[in-house]
Amino acid sequence: MTDKKPIVVMKGITIEFPGVKALDNVDLSLYPGEVHALMGENGAGKSTMIKALTGVYKINAGSITVEGKPQLFKGTLDAQNAGIATVYQEVNLCTNLSIGENVMLGHEVRDKIGMINWKKTHAKAAGFLAEMGLGSLDTHAPLSSISIAMQQLVAIARSMVIDAKVLILDEPTSSLDANEVEELFAIIRKVRDSGVAILFVSHFLDQVYQISDKMTVLRNGKFIKEVVTKDTPRDELIGMMIGKSAEELSQIGTKKTRREPEPGEKPIASVHDFGKKGSINPVDMDIYKGQIVGFAGLLGSGRTELARLFFGADKADSGSFTFNGHKLTVADPSTALRNKIAYSTENRRDEGIIGDLTVRENILIALQATRGMFRPIPKKEADEVVDKYIKELNVRPADPNRLIKNLSGGNQQKVLIARWLATNPELLILDEPTRGIDIGAKAEIQQVVIDLAGQGIGVIFISSELDEVVRLSDDIEVLKDRHKIKEIENDDTVSQETIVQTIANTNVNSGKEE
Amino acid sequence: MAEEKKNAEEKTSSFKKLLSSNLTWSVVAFIVLIIICTIFDHGFLSLKWNTNTGGLAGPLITMIQESARYLMIATGMTLVISTAGIDLSVGSTMAVAGAVAMQMLIGGSNVWVAILCALLVGLLIGCVNGALVSILGLQPFITTLIMMLAGRGLAKVITSGQNADASSIAGIAPLRWMANGFIVGIPANFIIAIIIVAIVGLLARKTAMGMMIESVGINPEASRMTGIKPRRILFMVYAISGLLAAVAGLFATASVMRVDVVKTGQDLEMYAILAVVIGGTSLLGGKFSLLGSAFGAIIIAMIRKTIITLGVDAAATPAFFAVVVIIVCVMQAPKVHNLSAEMKRKRALKAQSKAVAA
Amino acid sequence: MSGATAKAKTTVRKSGAGKSRHLDPQMIPTIAAVVIFILMLIMGQVLFGTYIRLGFISSLFIDHAYLIILAVAMTLPVLTGGIDLSVGAIVSITSVVGVKMTIAGTPSWIAMIAMIVIGMFFGLLAGTLIEEFNMQPFIATLSTMFLARGISSIISTDSLPLPQDNNFDWVADPIKIIDNPKIANDLTFNMGVVIAIVVVVFGYILLHKTRTGRTIYAIGGSRPSAELMGLPVKRTNYIIYLTSGTLAAIASIVYTANIGSAKNTTGVGWELDAVASVVIGGTIVTGGFGYVLGSVIGALVRSTIDPLTSDFGVPAEWTTIVVGLMILVFVVLQRAVTAFNKKE
Repeated sequence: MTDKKPIVVMKGITIEFPGVKALDNVDLSLYPGEVHALMGENGAGKSTMIKALTGVYKINAGSITVEGKPQLFKGTLDAQNAGIATVYQEVNLCTNLSIGENVMLGHEVRDKIGMINWKKTHAKAAGFLAEMGLGSLDTHAPLSSISIAMQQLVAIARSMVIDAKVLILDEPTSSLDANEVEELFAIIRKVRDSGVAILFVSHFLDQVYQISDKMTVLRNGKFIKEVVTKDTPRDELIGMMIGKSAEELSQIGTKKTRREPEPGEKPIASVHDFGKKGSINPVDMDIYKGQIVGFAGLLGSGRTELARLFFGADKADSGSFTFNGHKLTVADPSTALRNKIAYSTENRRDEGIIGDLTVRENILIALQATRGMFRPIPKKEADEVVDKYIKELNVRPADPNRLIKNLSGGNQQKVLIARWLATNPELLILDEPTRGIDIGAKAEIQQVVIDLAGQGIGVIFISSELDEVVRLSDDIEVLKDRHKIKEIENDDTVSQETIVQTIANTNVNSGKEE
Repeated sequence: MAEEKKNAEEKTSSFKKLLSSNLTWSVVAFIVLIIICTIFDHGFLSLKWNTNTGGLAGPLITMIQESARYLMIATGMTLVISTAGIDLSVGSTMAVAGAVAMQMLIGGSNVWVAILCALLVGLLIGCVNGALVSILGLQPFITTLIMMLAGRGLAKVITSGQNADASSIAGIAPLRWMANGFIVGIPANFIIAIIIVAIVGLLARKTAMGMMIESVGINPEASRMTGIKPRRILFMVYAISGLLAAVAGLFATASVMRVDVVKTGQDLEMYAILAVVIGGTSLLGGKFSLLGSAFGAIIIAMIRKTIITLGVDAAATPAFFAVVVIIVCVMQAPKVHNLSAEMKRKRALKAQSKAVAA
Repeated sequence: MSGATAKAKTTVRKSGAGKSRHLDPQMIPTIAAVVIFILMLIMGQVLFGTYIRLGFISSLFIDHAYLIILAVAMTLPVLTGGIDLSVGAIVSITSVVGVKMTIAGTPSWIAMIAMIVIGMFFGLLAGTLIEEFNMQPFIATLSTMFLARGISSIISTDSLPLPQDNNFDWVADPIKIIDNPKIANDLTFNMGVVIAIVVVVFGYILLHKTRTGRTIYAIGGSRPSAELMGLPVKRTNYIIYLTSGTLAAIASIVYTANIGSAKNTTGVGWELDAVASVVIGGTIVTGGFGYVLGSVIGALVRSTIDPLTSDFGVPAEWTTIVVGLMILVFVVLQRAVTAFNKKE
């Protein structure tokens, strides 16, 4: 590898935002034909680094050299002209245009007087898609007609149009299922072998080990180390990412004893034939007081969709929901909250935090909503609630008057949990409460979940990290392809492997309805 | 030593806060305008007791009288803008409400019935806006733009295209008093307006109304997930805006007891937006300040007074206001705010590249 | 390639091919506009007997050439999810300045160039406010609208007639193609109509045959995406508002020549007529979908409302309410179509 010259050299990159150094003297080199992973916890500076390289952010100090030429990017266009292409987590294409147009936007084939020749443009787009094995895509079809995974591949095809020398993949796999990840990796390898340098960012360690040649580790905006993937054991990598040793980590959250329902005990919540067309097929399940029920399943398995039905975020169109012995129709979140059902969303930014309100207001708002607009919470009571949860959940900084958008992801999550606890729920649904937050906060939140169940709250716990589900849950509902496929009573014999096997070996379409 | 330094820092930061507060700037702007006016008209600040009307008289008093209508629409507009919306129909709503009142008085209705009907019609227009925005999910500026257009038409339909004049009708004293009367020497309409603003302010800040409005403006989906019903909030703010615009319409028409179906409330949506912007509420929604908007409304009345005092042609008023809006918005633009940081960054990079070259 | 890819391929082919055979639901509002236009003409013909006549069609185009131009001008910002509220006021200021200059003895072609330059200036100003100072398009253009209208009122509040023998006439002089003994059956047009047609062709080519046009659609689809795709978003937005300002000035030339005078109140509410044309023609107010030709149909529908309401004996006061309701119906129709599409 020493004989190759790097395509990109970033040296001493520093980026400051008002009051924060997001990046402090970070180096990164990318070589042709290599997949380079950028590793670090949330807030380590990965996305800032990418945005520096793609010209979204301007650097305060340092230098970027592409193919030996120093570059000062003023915008994304500059970076693209230098041969740097990016595929983002949320696919950044235009769904109102056709597939072919998206591939070719800004690079349409033009005739002598500058008019676009659509026939040739689509033909060229089809050519690029074919190179990636997507030759059968109709370039005239609207982009919205294909799956997110396919759209991601279209975005990669686009990078070939601009003849990119560097391809940045920012969390490309977070909304893909296992098969789709395999497809994506096949294409990444193909692109890599054609001599493109690839910068890969992912939270999934397995995938990083599967695809990357080298890794650069960041922590708190600082450069930690560049390592060769195959020579670096995982625990060492994790240690570098979080600044703690591997032993410290393994102590988080031990498996507790299963809470069995007492004979004759009525469940706190019970659903029968509960479902919604096109989102989750009818489900039967019970939750008892003080129980943690885990939803296990891949993204798109219907776990979030089912949770949203419990909360009324979406409306169920079949079946019945019995809560505390009463039949309940949850038409909207407001109804759910008044009946002491709370749901913490997986989409913290769009459905969770109210960014420009303070921590205090974010904690109180749901409780206030259940009381109605014109019955304000007395100040003393409000102060008590806010203080209590900031302390109990260890929200940092412990300043109730800070705007929530200025908190780290983990602390935002704690504030959101505080919001739901303030409503005194009897059923609490936590959808990916530990996603995208650092390991310390993760452990704290896991402990909170166990404590809540101990206080007699029924908890539904949803996570894509199976080990977390296995460690915390009493019962595990396994979902696949929008069906509940199995209910597992969690005991010592159950492991991650059990669930993986269940998902892999159950055929949804046999034996089930439809 | 460290303690002292901290204290000094705190002082500078509170000073900075004062400087960056829109309220401070509003007061400064207000004083500057008064100074300008006093220079051009030495009697500008003089107040006389007018025994005919039983109140104070003078340029400042007429300014305050005019500000009442701006206070009304600015208050409604603040709430609407806080939800990330806009109400372009306030001017037309004023004309409709004024037309209803005048036409009913001419038709021989009791003055209180006429006032009530005018307010109800304003509320109704607000409710229609609210329903279209909240239930059908139409864009606020398109919806209220349509209402602005249709409202003018409606005002004309009500008066059959005439400028209804009720000044010679008997029994209109209460309405006349509302616009031109005095309470302990201070214009009644101003006091009524201040009371209404105070009521809305108390409702917003002493109940959860303000927080919920802001919450919906910041993140409607997250608000829905907290059990708030964003549709109800949206509906409510447009309804309030319509009602307050009707009050403004009564103020505007009752002072001359005549509605001008073209000119009553014309361009006033712009004044209301400007008042809100001066008051420091972002046009993108979220946190709002009713006090700021109230100051903004008074400043607008003051600017208009200044234009008259300086003897500038009344036709220039819209152009003048456009320039003020542009200046205020430009000053609030992030680009201008970050100017110094950007210059610092460029200098640092330049120094670095020089160092590298050396 | 792996088997998984092959599987994905077939599913994609299915959905792709299935979709393209369907009628695109986004076309429904445009088709509705065409149907409505035809129905209006037929209704007018049946009830009043004057609508499907060459004379009527001729005057429809001659009298509303300016609106067609404004509709094209408005289509560009609306396609990006923006709006240009200043077009009516630009018509006002340019016509007042243009006529004032002509009265003062300036050759008309210089006056016309001055008008276009003024239009460009206001377009550029709006573009700068939007792009450099983060103002929302409707606030920025509301400001420039007030500015233009205010300056126009400062210049003059009187009705200014064009002097005799000015060179604006070449725009307005009727050119007869079919000279019928009955005037109502004459087919006539003038250079104003030609200019409008040229503008429509220009709009079509800009939107469908140039990269700038495709960027306009991309911005309407998702501005952040367009930016991350490296498209020149900023430059394109400047071009959009520059173009709409310029076209408003051209509309002003056509209108002023037709009317033969200028007044500061000219063009009040025209921004709404232009929005109405665009919306009726099927351009989605949130951006991303729409056609120039749709906007032309929209302008014709809007233009036919006036004679139709007056023939029905509806008082003139009602016209604005009818237009308002019409926009409303179409915006609601768009909402329904968009919601339906999402469900799909």
